[in-house]
Amino acid sequence: MIEVKNLHKSFDGRSILNDISVKLEQGRTNLIIGQSGSGKTVFLKSLVGLHEVDSGHILYDGRDFTKMRFKERKLLRKEIGMLFQGGALFDSMTVEENVIFPLNMFTDLSTEEKRERANFFLNRVNIMNANHKFPAEISGGMQKRVAIARAIVLHPQYLFCDEPNSGLDPSTSILIDNLIQEISYELNMTTVVITHDMNSVMEIGDNIIFLYNGQKWWEGTKDEIMHTDNPELNNFVFPSKLMRIIKDQA
Amino acid sequence: MKLLYHIGRYVQLMLRVFQKPEKQSIYLRQIVIEMDKLGINSLGIVIIISFFLGAVITMQTAYNFENPLIPLYLIGLTTRDSMLLEFSSTIVGLILAGKVGSNIASEIGAMRVTEQIDALEIMGINSAAYLIFPKIIATLIINPLLTIVSMFVGIFGGYLSVFTITKLTVADYFYGLHYALNTFYITYAIVKTIVFAFIITSVPAYYGYYVEGGSLEVGKNSTAAVVYSSILILLFNMIITQILLT
Ligand SMILES: Nc1ncnc2c1ncn2[C@@H]1O[C@H](COP(=O)(O)OP(=O)(O)O)[C@@H](O)[C@H]1O
Ligand SMILES: [Mg+2]
Repeated sequence: MIEVKNLHKSFDGRSILNDISVKLEQGRTNLIIGQSGSGKTVFLKSLVGLHEVDSGHILYDGRDFTKMRFKERKLLRKEIGMLFQGGALFDSMTVEENVIFPLNMFTDLSTEEKRERANFFLNRVNIMNANHKFPAEISGGMQKRVAIARAIVLHPQYLFCDEPNSGLDPSTSILIDNLIQEISYELNMTTVVITHDMNSVMEIGDNIIFLYNGQKWWEGTKDEIMHTDNPELNNFVFPSKLMRIIKDQA
Repeated sequence: MKLLYHIGRYVQLMLRVFQKPEKQSIYLRQIVIEMDKLGINSLGIVIIISFFLGAVITMQTAYNFENPLIPLYLIGLTTRDSMLLEFSSTIVGLILAGKVGSNIASEIGAMRVTEQIDALEIMGINSAAYLIFPKIIATLIINPLLTIVSMFVGIFGGYLSVFTITKLTVADYFYGLHYALNTFYITYAIVKTIVFAFIITSVPAYYGYYVEGGSLEVGKNSTAAVVYSSILILLFNMIITQILLT
């Protein structure tokens, strides 16, 4: 579990995150939703120290990340997997080399063992026969899946995904969402997923956190979101006629 | 103020670059890859440029030596000393600042804007060391060799151009090449090359590493990288000359 307490973050005096406190639980997919520019990515990057926070605490199963020094952070990061918005695959390496890379850096497995392990995870995300292709040669959806395989190849405790289905068609999106949810259960990870895709919310939202104006505006489950009377959340989740019809039916 | 900010951030980055690596074997392999990519890949351009520089220096010097009182062997000597003192180190350094510098700045810059550097950091890897250290070491090893090659090719270019110069004989040229050779010039050139190699890799790496924005900024920063590393090469050329030759 990750516990965030009173997190504040600003850039050049402009407040982006204002007093955010949330509990992100283990074995579930915790969704962060909110409009574009509402600070979702900044929130996620603050959790892992890619942005320094102004104040607040981030507890990884009790261990306070904000108090850690550079070396301790590096150690904790070995327990973290992250899927970036664009995939962030290393474009000078093939698919297989991308997944093997963390194993090269942090294990003493033999070449054969590393390939076996990489291929196990590539199969798990349904990538076959693309081992020797470069990221530029495969589709966006495949890149995301390879990036997931790379993120989980060291069995992380915590998985962070920044808009895993941005730029993907609806059916591929749902495949990716379900994959992330299944893997979170299988590996019993604390998973945090940023999304602004309502399909994801309905499919995998175990615990949903709505960011608005730099604050945690609403928190609940996917069943609760169907019956919410929070106006800002309603505007965000049910912006179209179709979505409002769905809500009325629920 | 801006300059102080850049120098401070550059020094900080270099301190991170020279931290103890996570896994030495990986770094060794990267150094070999970079030696090929940054060094061996530049061999062609170094050879072509040095050849023509040597030929043109010889032709121009011959053209300028109208006065029959000036011994013709001085032409070979001029070619030799120009290559050793300045062209094989500084001019080749400037050319490499353009080729290698823009390559490094755009490669690292593209990795920054596509979050590949963040991905390295998240894995618990010192991204500055992983990306920059092998490039610096590789050029520190390879560039002195390129300089030596350049000296030989330049002198060879001069030799071939002798055949186009009616008043000059091959014997004069070779006599000049051997006349009063100061081997310290070679040491001086190698010292310069090593300093330039550090500039050519670390300055563009700095510009690439701190790109903010998108591909447009990557382009802008790699231009800035080439401009500033060229200026620094000229500045350090003067400083080292002041220290070593006067
Ligand atoms: N490195 C940065 N420096 C300054 N401002 C930033 C930086 N990163 C993000 N911001 C600002 O923070 C706000 C939230 O951005 P972000 O978290 O990326 O939004 P999103 O919710 O779409 O992921 C935006 O207004 C953005 O301009
Ligand atoms: Mg974002």
